[in-house]
Amino acid sequence: MSIALFRIDDRLIHGQVVVGWGQPLDIGFIVLVDDVVATSEWEQELYRMGTPPDMHVYFHAVSEVGEVLPKYEADRRAGILLTGDIDSMLRLVREAGVRKVNLGGIHHRSDRKQKLRYVFLSPSEEERLREMSRFGATVTAQDVPAAHPVELDDVLQARAATP
Amino acid sequence: MSDPASPAAADSPPAIRAIVAGHSDFADGLVSAVHAITGRGDVYHTISARNLSGAELEEKLRQAIEETGAQVVFTDLQAGSCTMAARRVSRDRNDVLFVCGANLPMLLDFALAADTTPLEAARHAIDRGRAAITSVGGGDAGAPGSPGGRS
Repeated sequence: MSIALFRIDDRLIHGQVVVGWGQPLDIGFIVLVDDVVATSEWEQELYRMGTPPDMHVYFHAVSEVGEVLPKYEADRRAGILLTGDIDSMLRLVREAGVRKVNLGGIHHRSDRKQKLRYVFLSPSEEERLREMSRFGATVTAQDVPAAHPVELDDVLQARAATP
Repeated sequence: MSDPASPAAADSPPAIRAIVAGHSDFADGLVSAVHAITGRGDVYHTISARNLSGAELEEKLRQAIEETGAQVVFTDLQAGSCTMAARRVSRDRNDVLFVCGANLPMLLDFALAADTTPLEAARHAIDRGRAAITSVGGGDAGAPGSPGGRS
């Protein structure tokens, strides 16, 4: 197995991730990549409490991922890698060779415009997603496994039907 | 605050005693069922996680606790975003009881315990909600002695 999903989700670990994706993909571990969480014992404890006992959570700063990713990709269990924002994932695309990105949840903020029910983007975030694409990463939006993935172009044009 | 000794208290609308927070229509659904069964759904204030970021949800929950004075918060799912928000709030509001895994029997029991403090009512309701999970049938998989079997 390896990392089955590279997901941007500002809620990081929550129900959709642990149950919605975790159960059908038979996820054994989560790699949570966030510079703030990586330095906070309290935040780490919070996310550990939110996961079932048989699902391991590993915490890393963005700068560490290039080095540790091969180890996770070689893991016999299936895993999910999470970042809470687009900038962090762009760095993983550039520096760690991530080539498949899932937009799972980027919610309302005053500088963002709604693209999908669960994706809101600022102009600079749109540009960063295009940059991922130029690096050769396939970027799609999909909140849960039962939903159809939405191609990046359709996300940016807000063309997808919002159920 | 209503005075239990005063007969008029029964006629005035009850104060919010707890917040119910969860995915999608979870909270509204459960509370509407509580109301249909007991007429006491108005002891609850409801919150949905729908389309909110973690930070927005935390802020909404904090605000609801401040505004309603609720001492108890029920959430739906261990890893759910409402529960995560609740745990963040609990860091500086340890006077509030946060209960994860709410179900209908639990919320019914709490709503009906108007004569006790919200914290006492919640502790009783947790036991009731836990005990209310039973099953029958299902062939061998549901047999007595098996997990989830009839007892």
